[in-house]
Amino acid sequence: MLSLGTLRAVAILAVAIAASVLVGGCTQRTEGVLVYSARNEQLIKPLFDLYTQQTGIPVRFVTDDAGPLIERLGAEGADTTADVLMTVDAGELWYAAERDLLKPIDSPILKANIPEHFRDPGNRWFGLSVRARTIVYSTERVKPEDLSTYEALADPRWKGKVCLRTSKKVYNQSLVAMLISEHGEQQTETIVRGWVNNLATNVFSNDVLLMEAIAAGQCDVGIVNTYYFGRLLRDQPELPVRLFWPDQQGQGVHVNISGAGVTKYSRHEAAATKLLEWLSEPKAQALFAGENMEYPANPAIKADPAVLAWGDFKHSEKNIAQAGALQADAVRLMDRVGYK
Amino acid sequence: MSTIDVKAHAGSVPTPDLTAQRSAWRLPVSTVAVVLLCLPALVPLAAIVVAALSPETEIWQHLANYILPEVIRNTLLLTFGVALLAGSIGTALAWLTAMCEFPGRRFFEWALLLPLAIPAYVLAFVAVGFLDFSGPLQTWIRAATGSSSWFPAIRTGGGAIFVLSLATYPYVYLLARSAFLTQGRRALEAAQSLGLGRAAATWRVALPMARPWIAAGVALICMETLADFGAVSVFNYNTFTTAIYRAWAGMFSVNAALELAGVLMVFVLVVLAVERKSRAVARFSSSRDTSRDAPRLALQGAARALAFAGCAIVFLLAFALPFTQLLLWMLKHMGRDLDARYFGFAARSLLLAAAAAVVIVAASVLLAYVLRRKETRFTRWVIRTATMGYAIPGTVLAIGIVVPVISLNNLLQGWLRDWFGNGAPTLMLHGTLVTVLAAYLARFLAAGFNPIESGLQRITHNIDEAAIGLGVVGRQLVRRVHLPLLKTSLTTAATLVFVDVMKEMPITLITRPVGWETLATRVFEMTSEGDWERAALPAVVIVLAGLIPVALLTRQSSNLGGSNVA
Repeated sequence: MLSLGTLRAVAILAVAIAASVLVGGCTQRTEGVLVYSARNEQLIKPLFDLYTQQTGIPVRFVTDDAGPLIERLGAEGADTTADVLMTVDAGELWYAAERDLLKPIDSPILKANIPEHFRDPGNRWFGLSVRARTIVYSTERVKPEDLSTYEALADPRWKGKVCLRTSKKVYNQSLVAMLISEHGEQQTETIVRGWVNNLATNVFSNDVLLMEAIAAGQCDVGIVNTYYFGRLLRDQPELPVRLFWPDQQGQGVHVNISGAGVTKYSRHEAAATKLLEWLSEPKAQALFAGENMEYPANPAIKADPAVLAWGDFKHSEKNIAQAGALQADAVRLMDRVGYK
Repeated sequence: MSTIDVKAHAGSVPTPDLTAQRSAWRLPVSTVAVVLLCLPALVPLAAIVVAALSPETEIWQHLANYILPEVIRNTLLLTFGVALLAGSIGTALAWLTAMCEFPGRRFFEWALLLPLAIPAYVLAFVAVGFLDFSGPLQTWIRAATGSSSWFPAIRTGGGAIFVLSLATYPYVYLLARSAFLTQGRRALEAAQSLGLGRAAATWRVALPMARPWIAAGVALICMETLADFGAVSVFNYNTFTTAIYRAWAGMFSVNAALELAGVLMVFVLVVLAVERKSRAVARFSSSRDTSRDAPRLALQGAARALAFAGCAIVFLLAFALPFTQLLLWMLKHMGRDLDARYFGFAARSLLLAAAAAVVIVAASVLLAYVLRRKETRFTRWVIRTATMGYAIPGTVLAIGIVVPVISLNNLLQGWLRDWFGNGAPTLMLHGTLVTVLAAYLARFLAAGFNPIESGLQRITHNIDEAAIGLGVVGRQLVRRVHLPLLKTSLTTAATLVFVDVMKEMPITLITRPVGWETLATRVFEMTSEGDWERAALPAVVIVLAGLIPVALLTRQSSNLGGSNVA
């Protein structure tokens, strides 16, 4: 009775699974390039469409967070169909390279277009756009002359006036990692502890909320990625919040990259390399950065006029691979000082 | 009396030999079926256990010093808080709409289910945006009175409990409501006629009778809370899920992340044990007929006003206000974002949700029947374990299921290459809908199984015996007796799974075939770089699609208990 029904159901299920596996599981060997992307669809699709239009090479993509994409790539191993891994943070590319999932690409074009500190020393990944993580301040309560460096925000004079985003966000982990590479772990711990002591309120889950808190008067200064500032100002130009470029006498503003590399087992290495090269060229660079109000990684290209209006600045030229290598240390450091 | 009937009936089975033969192979078949059905859910859990066997000592030292004390405290507080608050809201509202008559009752009956369709992280984001220091409410308070410093901080544990309770109370509401509807107002009347006051009758009769359902709903809430990552991250409230994320994304240690998930599973076991214990105390009976003709309690005066106000406040906070905010955002960006592709997104979401609902409900029914007929320690243990996926953070579970499938894929690919040489077709098992559905089964089995099991539990063996006495046996018994009694449970289970799948992100992201974008993956595209306003469009469509099963459910439950005259 029941067991017969069960048996039948199981049998039907098994046949159904087998059939759909056979039908759905076999994909044709496809030409073109498959990209695993942690960069949003709306930021990459216009570019890929343009590329296909210009070259006739189709580009397909799967978006997800970098963590799952890297695990998936790792599990797929030599059988992967992915050709390119694209992320929004250097640390994630560093980690993928560390897991031996990316292939060194010897491309004169990429070397010429992308500055050395924005690419892997082993040529396994290349920055394609640059995002500055800088200081924002309230124009109502702070004079820009009072600001100087990231470190200075640890000074007790800012007690109860600092807003920070959560240390869970990789952008802050990269920032602290780069501080470690500059000042060493001990001094960085003092700095970050100072930040935490100066917090006006619990850390925020995103940069936009943080800037709105500054505008509303909950705190006076904070640290954000520039494109969030751009996005917010586009909606509310009157907001009494402005960017400050720190450390102009020292290392310069902390920057991170969104970038990509060719997967180790890519079956379309040439096409994948060509895509990366194309993305580093002027036309694509302007689009790639412009879509999200970022800075082009290729220094020959000017940023979007709206972005240029924030002013020129000196950025840190330490190799961004450090952000990955020191990220785990940065996370522990932030845990130790209670930076949530 | 009934025992005699059963014996008499058993005697009439043609050949005793056959019966003996049957029961000889029935046990292994049911056991095998249970294991097969639960396999997708067991595999990722096994991966977690294996990882826990090779601990990363050095990272654990760090976690134990700086992370674990906080997240254990926070996780306990959050789970307990949400269980209590959401459980009370859900039970109270269910009792009001099922047993009482007050203005707006017919509307609230279904409207109070709507928050189910709003993902918790969306509710969290809207709540923080509205209630935080820079939000419109506090800004207005400051403009009017000069200071808002007395206003409670929203980005705290309290805020997280508040929002998660509003997002999850419908689980209890849905289950408790069907319990109240099916057990009948008659029982309450009987209790009152025996001299109990109305309040006492509720406490001592109605609530205890609904207990297995309330317990099942609270268990779902606890699991949902333990697994939540999206909402707690909006509040920056560190729990096990955020610690798991930190170990994985921050410290690049998948192993440490899986080990933390292993610790989380211990919490889940406790929840499940408590739920079982709270159910096992008594045998519950249900008889739908009695509910039919008993009138609702017509509330008067203050009680009437309070009932309306309670329902209205919950509906406003959990649905009307956040949904209005979503609509406003949607209108702002719709011109840019809405295009013909949305038909495809919606169609794929609906297809996945419907398919998952069918598969998971079918599996749950089979499992529940195996437990009813052939409960062994082993099968019970396997099924309980398999439902734990509901409490594991989606991303961890997604990895736990995809990595083994990929390994299988690579193995088969190797064979194919051996047979066909270089011309072998490329296998993509992990990019097929079967994998998607298997992963959903691993994640949402509890949402399907819990309502069905508690429904089946209320069909007592007395009912079976009575039916058998009347000659209704076997498949007839299931079809003519059980199925009508189980209808509410089945729809409840299907609704929960459907709505859960519509909202689900991490599993859909990693298992979807290339180019298979859904509404949930659209939400991901927008929110992953903080563009919450643009995420409103897909979120609104998710809510609208979630109305479909809610509407079906309402129609059914009003057929069931709404008709006072029939």
